[in-house]
Amino acid sequence: MAWAWPRILLGVALGGALLLEPGAARGADGGPAPLYQAEPPPFTPGIFPCTQCHQGPGDPTRRRLGFHDDVQDRFDHDAEHRWCLDCHDNADRDVLHLSSGERVPFTASYRLCGQCHGDKFRDWRVGVHGKRTGQWNGAKTYYLCVNCHDPHSPRFKPLRPDPRPQRPEEMGP
Amino acid sequence: MGRLLDFAGGCVRVLARGNRAYRAWVALLLAMIGTGALAYAHQARLGLIATHMRDQVSWAFYVGNFTFLVGVAAAAVLLVIPAYVYDWKPLKEVVILGELLAISAIVMCLLFILVDMGRPERFLHLAPLLGTPHWPASLLTWDALVLNLYLAVNVAVAAHILYRAWRGRPYDRRVVVPLVLFSIPMAVSTHTVTAFLYSGMAARPYWNASILAPRFLASAFCSGPAVLLVLFQVLRRTTGLEIKDEAISKVAELMAYAMFVNLFLLGAEVFKEYYSGTEHLLYTQYFWSGIGRHRALVPFAWTGLACSLAAFLLFLVPRTRHHPVTLNLGCALIFAGVYIEKGMGLVIPGMTPDTLGEIYEYRPTLTEWLVATGIFGVGFLVFTALVKLAVPILSGRLRASGTAAGAPPALAPGAAP
Amino acid sequence: MSAGGPGGGGLSRRQFLGRGLAVVAAAAASGCRVEELIGRSFRELSRDDVARVLARAARRQSARFGRPVTVDGAGPLPGVDFGYGLDLSRCIGCRRCVTACVKENNPSRRRPQIQWIKVLELDKARGVDLAHADAYYEADAVPRPGHFYMPVQCQQCRKPPCVKVCPVGATWKEPDGIVVVDYDWCIGCRCCMSACPYGARHFNWAEPDLPADELNPSTHYLGNRPRPKGVVEKCTFCIQRVRHGRYPACVEACPVGARKFGNLLDPESEIRQVMERKRVFVLKEDLGTQPQFYYFYAT
Repeated sequence: MAWAWPRILLGVALGGALLLEPGAARGADGGPAPLYQAEPPPFTPGIFPCTQCHQGPGDPTRRRLGFHDDVQDRFDHDAEHRWCLDCHDNADRDVLHLSSGERVPFTASYRLCGQCHGDKFRDWRVGVHGKRTGQWNGAKTYYLCVNCHDPHSPRFKPLRPDPRPQRPEEMGP
Repeated sequence: MGRLLDFAGGCVRVLARGNRAYRAWVALLLAMIGTGALAYAHQARLGLIATHMRDQVSWAFYVGNFTFLVGVAAAAVLLVIPAYVYDWKPLKEVVILGELLAISAIVMCLLFILVDMGRPERFLHLAPLLGTPHWPASLLTWDALVLNLYLAVNVAVAAHILYRAWRGRPYDRRVVVPLVLFSIPMAVSTHTVTAFLYSGMAARPYWNASILAPRFLASAFCSGPAVLLVLFQVLRRTTGLEIKDEAISKVAELMAYAMFVNLFLLGAEVFKEYYSGTEHLLYTQYFWSGIGRHRALVPFAWTGLACSLAAFLLFLVPRTRHHPVTLNLGCALIFAGVYIEKGMGLVIPGMTPDTLGEIYEYRPTLTEWLVATGIFGVGFLVFTALVKLAVPILSGRLRASGTAAGAPPALAPGAAP
Repeated sequence: MSAGGPGGGGLSRRQFLGRGLAVVAAAAASGCRVEELIGRSFRELSRDDVARVLARAARRQSARFGRPVTVDGAGPLPGVDFGYGLDLSRCIGCRRCVTACVKENNPSRRRPQIQWIKVLELDKARGVDLAHADAYYEADAVPRPGHFYMPVQCQQCRKPPCVKVCPVGATWKEPDGIVVVDYDWCIGCRCCMSACPYGARHFNWAEPDLPADELNPSTHYLGNRPRPKGVVEKCTFCIQRVRHGRYPACVEACPVGARKFGNLLDPESEIRQVMERKRVFVLKEDLGTQPQFYYFYAT
C-alpha cells in the first residue's frame, strides 16, 4: 500500500465510526448522509474533532495563521485564490461547506471536491475514476478523493517503484 | 516368423561386421550419442534452464534443428518424382537411399522435439485415443501426424524392397508404387505443415508470411539432396553399388533449380521488408545487420548467404557441377547455408525482439550443442546401419539362406507375383 | 464444471481406453502418476473425479510445502464474462501490481523468476511503440518525466491464439472469459508462447523456486496452484479470487486506481461504465485476438 499522504495521516481512531452504510448515518450538522460506503477520511491523529480547539466562528479574514504550519507549508491547491475557510466551515469546524453554504460532513467531502472537479466526480461515482475494494459483484468500499489526494496538495506524489524484473540474461541455472 | 528371425539375424551379423573405418565411425557416433545422453540427463535434471532459451526466446536451437531436418527428410521426394512419376531409370536404382535418409532425418526430428519439451514424459497426450490431440486446430498435431505417417510410409517401402531383395525376389509394384506416390504429397506436406506451424502465428511477423512454405520447400530441395550426392559418391567408391553419373548430375541439376528458387524467394522477402520498412522490418534487420549492439546473428546471416550463393554458382555452371571436387564443395556449402538459414535464421530472429519489443540475445549453451550432437549421432547411426544393410542386400551379396547369392539386383520391378 | 470446451463427449471412449491398454502402456513407461501421463485433462473430468482430483492436488501441495494448502475448483459464475480496464493516463509505473500479483499467485521467485505482469515504460513522444519499450527501468521516483507506463498481462482474448495452437488442449477459455492452463496436462512444447502476441505466457524453465513461507495457501486448481517444472502458466484474473466475487489482487493493489474490473454483461459494472464513458482500445487490435482487457485514457 502506498498512498503517499494518507499513510502519514490515516486516522485510526475514526476508522470504524466513519465506515458508513449508505443512508445509515447523518452528517454532523444533520445534513444529508453520505451516499457511498467509503473509506474513512484520513485525519491526522488527535486533530478531529476540530471543535476541540475551534469553538464558534473565528476571524474570517484571509491571513497567515500561527497554527497548522504543516498544512500551510504544503498548501498548493489553488493557493493563490483560496484559503482555509473556503472549504472549512467557520461556524462549525467539524464540517465542510459547499460554495452554496450548505454544510457537508468530512465523510461526504467528495461533494465539495465535485463542485470544481465535476468530470472527476461523475467518473468517480460510477467507478471510472478512483478506486474501490471489496466485491466486484457486491459490497464495495469506495476510496474518497482525500484517501488518495491530499486536499491541501492534491497532486499525486511520485513513488519509488518496486524492484525491476530479472533480465533473462541474469537467470542462469 | 522364422524367415523374419532369419532376416533379423542376418541384419545383425552384417551390422556387427565391418572394416576398421566402419568400426571407427560407429565408435565415434556412439561417443557422440553418449555425450548427448549425458548432456540431456543434465538438462532433464535442471529443466530447460540448462539451455539459453527464456520466455523472450522460447524456441531456439532445438526447434531450428528440427525444422532443418524436416527439410532433409522431405528431400527424398526429389529422387522419387523423377524416378517414379517420370519412370527415369537411373534414379530408380538409388531412390531407396533417399528413403533411408528420410527415415533417419525423421528420427532426428522427433528426438529434437522430445528434448525441447518441458514434460517429455507426457508425450502420449498428443496421441490419438490415448491423449487429447487438439486436432485439427493445432498445427503441431498435424505435424506429428504427417511426420509419423511419412516415417511409416518410408519404413514400409524400404522394408518391403529390402526384404524382397533379401529373398531374391523383385518388389511388388502393387505395394510400392502407390506408397511411393503417396509419399510425394506426404513429403511436401511435412515441410508445408512445419512451415505453417510458424507462418500461422500472427504474433510473429517474421514468420507470418505466405512465402514461408514455398521457401521451406525450396531450401529443403537443396539441403537433403546435398547429403545424398555425397553419399552416392562414397558408396560408389567403397561398395559395389552401381550409381550412374547420370543420376548424380540429374540430382545436381534439380538442386540448381531449387537453389535459384530459394535465393529468389529470399530476395523477394528481403526486398519487401526493407523497401516497405514497416515496424516488422526489425526482425529481418536483427538477422542481417543487428539492432544496435545486438548483433549475435549477423555473422551467421552473411556466412549462410555466402555459402548459399557460392553453392548456387558452383551448381549453375555445368563444368563445376560435373567436377567431383567442386560438386562436393557445393554440397557442403549448400548444406551449411541451409543449416544456418533454418537453424539460426528462422526461429531466433522470429522471436527477437519479442512480442513486447524486448531484445534478448540468444546463443545456445554447451548443453544444447551437446544434446544436438547426440541427436545427430543417433541419426547418423540409424542411417549408417540402414545403408550398411541396404547395400549388400541390393547388390545381392546378402541373401536369405536357400536363395542363390549374387542373383541379379532386385531393384527392377517385377510383375506382380 | 469448467465446461466450455470440447471433450465432454469423449468421456466414455476415453474411460474405456483408460482402463485398457493405455494404462498399461503408460505405466510401463514411467511407473508413477499414471493419470497425468494419459487419460483426461481437468476439463474432461466428471464431477466425482473433480472432487477426487482436487483432494489429491491439495494433499500433494500440502506435502510439498509442509503446510496446509487448499485447492479450489470453483467453476464459472453464470451470466458473467469478465472484462478488465487499465487507465493509461493514471498508471505511474510503480509496479505495486506486480508485487501484489506475485504474492497472490505463487509464481517462481528467482531462477526462474516469473511475473505475469510486465510494466513497460514508454516515451510520451513515441506513444505506444513497443520497439522502444523498457520493462527494466529503475528510478527513485515514478512517473519519470517524459514517460508513460503500460502494464501488460494476459489479455484473455476472445479468440486466443494460444488456445488454438495447443497440441493437447491443455489450455482453454472458460465461459467467464478466463483462459486457463491445466498444469497437469501441459506438455511444455511452448507453442502457446510463440503464438501469444502479448508475452503473457511464462514457462517454468526450472523447478519453481517458491519458499514455503511465501506461499499463498489458498489456491485454485486452474489458477495459483503451485506449478511443476516444465509447464506454462499465465494470468487468470486471479481466478481463485474473482470466482468468489473478489477483485483481482492487482486491482486492489493499484495505488492510483488505474485498474478496473467487472462483469461485461452487467451495465453497471465498472468496466462497462468505462466503456460507456471513455474511448477504450485493445493492444494489437489488428491481430484479431479480441482481448477482454481494455486500455483507456480517462483524461
